[in-house]
Amino acid sequence: MSAAAVVDGPTAATPSAPRRPRLLAGLRSDRPVPLEKHLRLHGPRGQLDLIAEVEASGLRGRGGGGYPTGRKLQAVAAQRGRPVVVVNGTEAEPVSGKDKLLLRHLPHLVLDGAVAAAAAVGAREAIVVLDRHAATERAIIERAIETRSRRRLDGKVALRLAVSPGGFVSGEETAVVQLLNGRPAKPAFKPPLPFERGVGGAPTLVQNVETLAHVSLIGRHGARWFREIGTEDEPGSALMTVSGSVRRPGVYEIPYGTPLDSLVAEAGGWSSEPQAYLLGGYFGAWIPAARADGLLLSESSLRRQGASLGAGALVALPEHACGLVESARVARYLASESAGQCGPCVYGLDAIAGALEQLARPSRDGVPQPRLRRWLDQVQGRGACRHPDGTARFVDSALEAFSGELELHLRGRCSGRGQPVLPLGGYAR
Amino acid sequence: MSSSLRVNPIACEAHGLCAELLPERVSLDDWGYPIVDGEPISHELEQHARRAAAACPTLALLLAKSTRR
Repeated sequence: MSAAAVVDGPTAATPSAPRRPRLLAGLRSDRPVPLEKHLRLHGPRGQLDLIAEVEASGLRGRGGGGYPTGRKLQAVAAQRGRPVVVVNGTEAEPVSGKDKLLLRHLPHLVLDGAVAAAAAVGAREAIVVLDRHAATERAIIERAIETRSRRRLDGKVALRLAVSPGGFVSGEETAVVQLLNGRPAKPAFKPPLPFERGVGGAPTLVQNVETLAHVSLIGRHGARWFREIGTEDEPGSALMTVSGSVRRPGVYEIPYGTPLDSLVAEAGGWSSEPQAYLLGGYFGAWIPAARADGLLLSESSLRRQGASLGAGALVALPEHACGLVESARVARYLASESAGQCGPCVYGLDAIAGALEQLARPSRDGVPQPRLRRWLDQVQGRGACRHPDGTARFVDSALEAFSGELELHLRGRCSGRGQPVLPLGGYAR
Repeated sequence: MSSSLRVNPIACEAHGLCAELLPERVSLDDWGYPIVDGEPISHELEQHARRAAAACPTLALLLAKSTRR
């Protein structure tokens, strides 16, 4: 399996022929895979010891945090009190579309995983949280839940849907728990973490949509099967949302360790030569094209470049765009998406975005680089969540990756042509 | 068992008393919000740290048993 299929990424995409995908097996672009077809494709839910298998599989959370899923399952199961499972389907990252794809096209794969995880930790309730703007996904999940409950497929586990107001930080796991506890969907101060005290005070397992889709297959086929692809340290496959200057933007399934070039080829090759890649979304890092030769899509390979896969987003920045202008727009977007709770985030990100905006304007006047560096330093670790840290990392990598462009701007010039390319906001708002 | 400082950034309103009372361990950022590290508080400073935590108008400065050795 070198990759898989495309349906709808954050931008328009055309389907391509799947080659032995796992999660994306049976995917079709016109409608969700119905329950019967899903069960024919993957078989009934497995009888394996799910927590042990997930632990042995090496699966890590696919929402960007990368926490070992088996350890999280264990931690929740070990708590006193009946746990609750939360399926985090908020996917607020503007350059990620993989969870929406799963929700839209493979709802039963996701719900199977949620129910299996719930049964394994002893939960009776699994709550799917979706963005209120995700109307299509909501309708599909609602229908899928109805079908399953009519068929009494899920034993003692009841599935239900909850709606999040959306926004970049609303998907953070304590924000999701806050929402379900009737409070604004904003990150909370920790401890307690959700596994200790979450929804209604119960130990709560919050898992990303893609993570649960993997859980559903591990429950059927086991850890050994999961590890057949990927690398020793990073086993299995991952969904990647590819956008920017490729011919077929969309969602692709790759084994960990796949060369970047193979993924790009899968996405139809370049529509125009890229100057840099953004790995890991808006909390991620830029890698200049010159440093991307032979790059493998694994955390260990990306770490050497100061980047990570995050939730699995890859943007190829076309040559005609200005990296500083693009990054300044994203920095301003992230500043505006602060939950507004923590001073260093509110004031720090606003100041950082302002400084980057100044650098993005070609000008021979002095620029505030030392101050910007100090602010990037100061905001780290200073919020209730990682929003300031992620933003600082993104801006820091932009200053490094686009240092040539920065020189140009200081001489009053800019190499950008045409409209900016990076999207701001996951849904039209 | 030693203690260390933490700030609850949601509760903090940048009154700045902590930096006045415990300048050895609390500095302020460009916007007046406290910066602390998670290092253990020495025995000599323990009393001052306790006073600073108690003086915070929003109780945002936390003196907690350190999880580090």
